[in-house]
Amino acid sequence: MRRAAIACLWSHWARHPLQLLTLLAGLALATGLWSAVQAINAEARSSYAEASAQLGTGQFDELRAASGPIPLARYVALRRAGWQLAAVLEGRMPLPGGSVEVMGVDLLAYPALPAVEETSDINGITPADALLAPGLLIARPETARRLRAQVGLPPVTRSQNLPAGVVLTDIGTAEILLNRSAEVSRLLILPDQPAGLAPLADLAPDLMVVPAEGRSELARLTDSFHLNLTAFGLLSFTVGLFIVHGMVGLSFEQRRGMIRTLRALGLPLRDLTWLMLGELLLFALIGGTVGLALGYVVAAALLPDVAATLRGLYGAPVDGDLALQPSWVALGLMMAVAGVFAASAQALWRLSRVPILQVQGQYAWSAQGMPVLAQAGIGALMIGAGFLALAVFDGLVAGFVMLGGLLMGAALLLPPLLTLALRIGSGFSRGPLGAWVWADMRAQLPGLSLALMALLLALAANIGVGTMVSSFRLTFTGWLDQRLASELYVTARDDAQGTEIARWLHSRADAVLPIRSTEVQISDQTVFLYGIVDHPTYRDNWPLIAATPQVWDMVAEGRGALINEQMARRMDLWPGDTVTLLPGWSLPVVGVYSDYGNPTGQAMTALPALLQRVPDLPNTRFGIRVDPAEAGDLRSELADTFALPPQALVPQAAIKASSLAIFEKTFVVTGALNVLTLGVAGFAILTSLLTLWAHRLPQLAPVWALGVRRDTLARLEVLRSVALAVMTAILALPLGLVLAWALLAIINVEAFGWRLPMHLFPLQWLILLLLAVVTAGLAALLPARRMHHLPPSDLLQVFANAR
Amino acid sequence: MLLNVETVSKTYPGGRPVLDRVSLRLEHGETVALTGESGSGKSTLLNLVGALDQFDSGEITVAGTALSGLDERGRAALRRGSLAVVFQQFNLIPSLSVEQNLAFHARLSGQSDAAWLSHLTDRLGLSALLARFPEQLSGGQQQRVAIGRALAVRPALLLADEPTGNLDEVASAAVLDLMLGLVAETGCGLLLVTHSDAIAARLDRRAHLSGGQLA
Repeated sequence: MRRAAIACLWSHWARHPLQLLTLLAGLALATGLWSAVQAINAEARSSYAEASAQLGTGQFDELRAASGPIPLARYVALRRAGWQLAAVLEGRMPLPGGSVEVMGVDLLAYPALPAVEETSDINGITPADALLAPGLLIARPETARRLRAQVGLPPVTRSQNLPAGVVLTDIGTAEILLNRSAEVSRLLILPDQPAGLAPLADLAPDLMVVPAEGRSELARLTDSFHLNLTAFGLLSFTVGLFIVHGMVGLSFEQRRGMIRTLRALGLPLRDLTWLMLGELLLFALIGGTVGLALGYVVAAALLPDVAATLRGLYGAPVDGDLALQPSWVALGLMMAVAGVFAASAQALWRLSRVPILQVQGQYAWSAQGMPVLAQAGIGALMIGAGFLALAVFDGLVAGFVMLGGLLMGAALLLPPLLTLALRIGSGFSRGPLGAWVWADMRAQLPGLSLALMALLLALAANIGVGTMVSSFRLTFTGWLDQRLASELYVTARDDAQGTEIARWLHSRADAVLPIRSTEVQISDQTVFLYGIVDHPTYRDNWPLIAATPQVWDMVAEGRGALINEQMARRMDLWPGDTVTLLPGWSLPVVGVYSDYGNPTGQAMTALPALLQRVPDLPNTRFGIRVDPAEAGDLRSELADTFALPPQALVPQAAIKASSLAIFEKTFVVTGALNVLTLGVAGFAILTSLLTLWAHRLPQLAPVWALGVRRDTLARLEVLRSVALAVMTAILALPLGLVLAWALLAIINVEAFGWRLPMHLFPLQWLILLLLAVVTAGLAALLPARRMHHLPPSDLLQVFANAR
Repeated sequence: MLLNVETVSKTYPGGRPVLDRVSLRLEHGETVALTGESGSGKSTLLNLVGALDQFDSGEITVAGTALSGLDERGRAALRRGSLAVVFQQFNLIPSLSVEQNLAFHARLSGQSDAAWLSHLTDRLGLSALLARFPEQLSGGQQQRVAIGRALAVRPALLLADEPTGNLDEVASAAVLDLMLGLVAETGCGLLLVTHSDAIAARLDRRAHLSGGQLA
């Protein structure tokens, strides 16, 4: 019995292969975009975990100093007291094509060395190799290649057991490379400690013990980025499910007669329901598998850019290679199955309730949809609930709940609004054909509304994200001009050379602005504390977003501190509040400045005041103010006089270019997802039009019989589709702008810690409108072509069947 | 006795009684025409006998099986085995070919008999149309396929709801001839709903429904 019923159900798809392909394609697209995002996220997170495991930094408690580096003498003293510690000195080393993280360790005590050795070029790294001059650098093959291309660096050995962009070396070699002597960044507390040791709290009361499980700074910083991606993936998944919902609904409707006959012939309802569930499960697995393959391709294409963003923006050790992970496959298939059943729930519910003797109606499935007013009410409620969630709860998740409510609510409101617009439009129609076109559009709306909802979401997402990215670009470019006011940036080899360069520049430059900073811990967060000199470069250009009167005088006198926006928002510190920069040193916050692209907190005060508390601040970096026309010559002179490598002398334009490049890469993935989502929406319209084709003939045939030519009807088909798309695009504009506002004012603030002003870009809207017109026009072209070439006998068949 | 309808009543929600204590008997091999005006309850009674709908009171027994004691699965099993229905709208499965439609009910009930099917195909004049789909057939041809599908399971009782209602006079006569001939050949009982006195006259007996009661 079941085999016959299965063959019967399958015969529908065999007779309607396009419908089957559309259903599978919708599902594959939905799963593909979702799983692409998941693959990227999983790969990045696995890289963080791998890096932590490979470097041995995730397993051990650590000792850190609140004021930044730990003096080497303190390390020696603790070792002498019997404590088994491994010292780590870390810092960024500039290289062409992006800096690398140098990690200097005490190779004799470093716990993760055996694992590194296992996959290294040489069989066992002897202390002599690494400890004696010129030392030894260990890095992954791709990083090793970049290091070997540099002149003057120690020999390089490759090892697979290191994260991307990290160079492991002996602490002595790291001191030279980073130009930092007699200090370490942190101390790992090794597991086997001798008995009877004096407590660390007594020996080093100024050092903090940071437990292994409490350190997730990288995960915290990048979580927002990954959540952003997940939200976009979910949006694409939802748009794809609109196609699945439409196709499943249509296939159920088209098989109502078959279902009724099957039951009349003795197939129990329960068996039929199970068979259809099995059919859906099969489609979910097939579509999901194709989607996973698609997702893998998309993720592999996007991952290098995402990895570059994560490395550039957060210093996260992510390489650009994608590995197939079982959890990703399982999650992708689960989403496909869950999505199919969610999209089919309504159809299955109807199936379970359809009386065996009910007379089928041609549009029963659409006519049985939610009444327009109820749909509008639910849409409005969803939007209200979203905003309520934002008002009651804080954080990124509340922001996304609000966006979800807004988008889904707006999608539900679309058909009622279009119905209203068509009703108003029909009042302006002239002639019988015009009246018919308006009425026909209204009649077609239920069948097309799902596709139009998908188009609305895709267009709104494009407008919203486009406005956000363009606003960001505009603000960021202006901000770079303000922040990077110096014409040339120079990095000396060591403090002595730094002092020499400053002296040499004194008579050759308009001003030499030292860039001197230290790493401090404020409210358990790492903050870079800068000391600056009083100069118009800061007073005239610094991008302050909030300040007290006489802000610069206060800073210059060391009586106030400036903090960046991220730190202000995270710690809720604003002008008038007090911030404790170092133990025993608190200053009032006198200003907050925007600091885009920087994930960490930053504070600034007068250099002399900072030097009083931290006298050994490195003095190797300077911003040089000079006539822009002379900057090139000065750079050459500096390089010749002090034998500085090219990477130690960076012109303002190069920094701006690299900053903008990081910025562009940050939004490559969202841009790509945006375009793909719009493509999926276009596909939804095409499939809706194609599958509604069978229902179109009985409506077009009488008009044709009354004397309207087939080519006119074909043109009207395209016009109808384009008109509905234009109306949808117009309604998408306000939704997109609200979305942009939410992204700029809520999501970005929560995700990155900065708020951006919103700018409007009407040209972008016009391009999107044209894109919507082209999408809808192309989608309608195939059915219109069919109409144009339809033999009269097919049209006459409509009347024959109607008898 | 093949069919025993015993004081059966049926009222649709919110309406007046469609059938009021109706009783009807049908023996093996007997053909009965169920006549009456529109709305008299003919199709309702046929649907109740066909286990397609449920009655409010009374009892219907088909080939020894009492319908009131059957659940959904039991009623479905009865429709697969002892009963077959020919509808006015043909109700062929549009995605199956003529050949597949003919064999479908028999396959569903697990009683496929290739020789009998081949014989039916010949008798119904469908041999040349086996590869076609329902939409490619005329109304008369579609109804012949529906009759073939119903008789392929060799049912004990064939129910037909105005089987020629959608056909012209010539096609109607041809379809009726074929159906009655095949019913006689299989020896099954036939309960046929019709408006036509001419058709009713060709059956063994007539039962007339009026105002929900048998006259």
